[in-house]
Amino acid sequence: MRDSLPMKNTSATPLGPAAKRSTPSGGLQAWLPRLVLAPSVAISLFFVYGFMLWTFVLSLTSSRMLPSYDFVGFGQYARLMANERWWVASTNLMIFGVLFVVICLAIGALLAILLDQKIRQEGALRTIYLYPMALSFIVTGVVWKWLLNPQLGIQAMVQGWGFESFRFDWIVDPDMAIYTLVIAAVWQASGFVMALFLAGLRGIDDSIIKAAQLDGASLPRIYLRVVMPCLRPVVFSAVMILAHIAIKSFDLVVALTGGGPGYATDLPATFMYAHAFTRAQIGLGSASAMLMLGGVLAILIPYLYSELRSRKHG
Amino acid sequence: MSTFKKTTLALALAGATLATTAQANEVEVLHWWTSGGEARAANVLKELMEAEGYGWQDFAVAGGGGETAMTVLKSRAMSGNPPSAAQIKGPEIQEWGELGLLGNLNGVAEAEGWDELLPEVVADIMRHDGQYVAVPVNVHRVNWLWANPEVLEAAGVEMPTTLDELFEAGEAIREAGFVPLAHGGQAWQDATVFESVLLGGQGSEFYQQALVELDPEALGGEQMIDALEDFKRTRELMDEGMPGRDWNVATAMVIQGVAGFQLMGDWAKGEFTAAGLTAGEDYLCAAAPGTQDAFTFNIDSLAMFRVSDDEEREAQQALARLVLEPTFQEAFNLAKGSIPARPDLDMSEFDSCAQQSLADFQRTAEEGGLVPSMAHGMAVRADIQGAIFDVVTNYFNDADMPAEEAAERMVSAAEAASF
Repeated sequence: MRDSLPMKNTSATPLGPAAKRSTPSGGLQAWLPRLVLAPSVAISLFFVYGFMLWTFVLSLTSSRMLPSYDFVGFGQYARLMANERWWVASTNLMIFGVLFVVICLAIGALLAILLDQKIRQEGALRTIYLYPMALSFIVTGVVWKWLLNPQLGIQAMVQGWGFESFRFDWIVDPDMAIYTLVIAAVWQASGFVMALFLAGLRGIDDSIIKAAQLDGASLPRIYLRVVMPCLRPVVFSAVMILAHIAIKSFDLVVALTGGGPGYATDLPATFMYAHAFTRAQIGLGSASAMLMLGGVLAILIPYLYSELRSRKHG
Repeated sequence: MSTFKKTTLALALAGATLATTAQANEVEVLHWWTSGGEARAANVLKELMEAEGYGWQDFAVAGGGGETAMTVLKSRAMSGNPPSAAQIKGPEIQEWGELGLLGNLNGVAEAEGWDELLPEVVADIMRHDGQYVAVPVNVHRVNWLWANPEVLEAAGVEMPTTLDELFEAGEAIREAGFVPLAHGGQAWQDATVFESVLLGGQGSEFYQQALVELDPEALGGEQMIDALEDFKRTRELMDEGMPGRDWNVATAMVIQGVAGFQLMGDWAKGEFTAAGLTAGEDYLCAAAPGTQDAFTFNIDSLAMFRVSDDEEREAQQALARLVLEPTFQEAFNLAKGSIPARPDLDMSEFDSCAQQSLADFQRTAEEGGLVPSMAHGMAVRADIQGAIFDVVTNYFNDADMPAEEAAERMVSAAEAASF
């Protein structure tokens, strides 16, 4: 019945860019934010996008120890495709990335839901779960390396308890070593995802939950069907951050497995570093970096587009 | 901003930018001599420089084979601010020389008579375009076998002289409850064992053809397949926790009597010395099984960069002169475990292992069998070496890969390695 009320003709003028004043201070006020941000934007444009462009140029050259501009077309990409270690690294990134993001989201959401139940000592528990995020990946890598070492860590401990046939030597097994990376990374980042979800849960209007309870839904049902869909923006942020951590994982690999038995836990980041710098193959390293960038963009841009578009409509 | 604040800011900025360049009369030396015995050895040079009134800015970058140090060096060189001297060796000296970044040491070379002093094979590596650009610090031998005599006695075995004897001794040691071969599962260590096994099983001529000249027939042929299979067998002698272990931790296993043998270059002797052990009594050394007539050399050298500051250049020349002087050569090599780069040194202070090493060095230099180490960057360029490392370490860790496939990959590694 709202539609039948007459529209009030108010005299309040809307604020914003439409309210332009012709005084100099007013003009400066409008431009001030842009002026302040301009240096950061310029620096980002130059150092990030400019250097990405330079890397692309280098990937078309035959640079070895230091950059040179002897162009060889897409020869470096051809060499990269024929490089077996690159395929191992790319596959590892897929496995690691997907498992890391999915498991972190699941554990983070579960922990957040459990902590949301108005329990005692919630603050202390939250801090404990969040602590691993404060560690650097090198520390995480070294600690988990010791824990997963078959002769020093978990396997030795459980065997010491009497279970002689217990085995947990994934870290020295070329096929399973990549999953040790997942374990260490999930341990580090789950707390952070939990914090994100907890903030999101706290932001949900109580009335929605009460309405669902009035309708007779059980608690798990409420969480699954009512609350989680409201948290899509949180999931989006979490995935963005986790994906960037996954792709950036260089220090974790170096500290935990050093590339793994052989090169079984090599990731594109360590591949690129080894080839561009240690092996004096800047051209090949740049090509691998461009492919990493391409892979990341191929996944993130559609996701970004779908999320931001649906946000506008929904 | 007030004048006072401006001045302070300017001074702070100036101070910050001066922080990383060498001061006058000082050399900044990049090296990776960071483990116990090595650090002690590097300190000798620092003290000698300081005794002559020059400053020494240490730039130590840890990382077993020097990979990290070389990366840091490249970024410093690219930014136009290379250190005064860096521990560069082998064919890489030639690559840096081609970029025109290395300084000239001919003055010191002539004054000290390096042409007559140094063996030909050593002097060749130190020169680029006929001019001296680097000074050799020592000569390492890579094909050594180290052993703990107590473990050998407990297992009732002798030092093996052939690969078959090594495998037999290994079984006996395993039954006695020790680890037969201590090893760290890093790519360069895998490659070190591989080249010693190849040298021992197939001989130095094949080594030269395959790993130095990169002859595709040698790399893909029957002998390579045999060598690879021998190499895979050594895995049975190692313990489970070896992937990722550092080389000096593996040496510690031998020192502590947990393991019987280690196949490692003679920088491992520095660890034994640092632990206070005596050669021949507390630890045994012998040529890697089958390589008694071969000497795989790895020559550490300090390459000097081109500097504009006269005082810094003077300090560089002093550094180059001091490195080859008997005082430093003796002290450094006694601590490090290698033999001096100058063959005219009195070797009475050196232990039995070093004296044997020198005798073998001179014998193989005359009779043949003196080969550069592929695993330590003396034989081939960094990218080819890296590609061979990949094949070797992957084969070593893959339980299913047949040696024939690994040999094929070696051939493509040597071919596709570069433009």
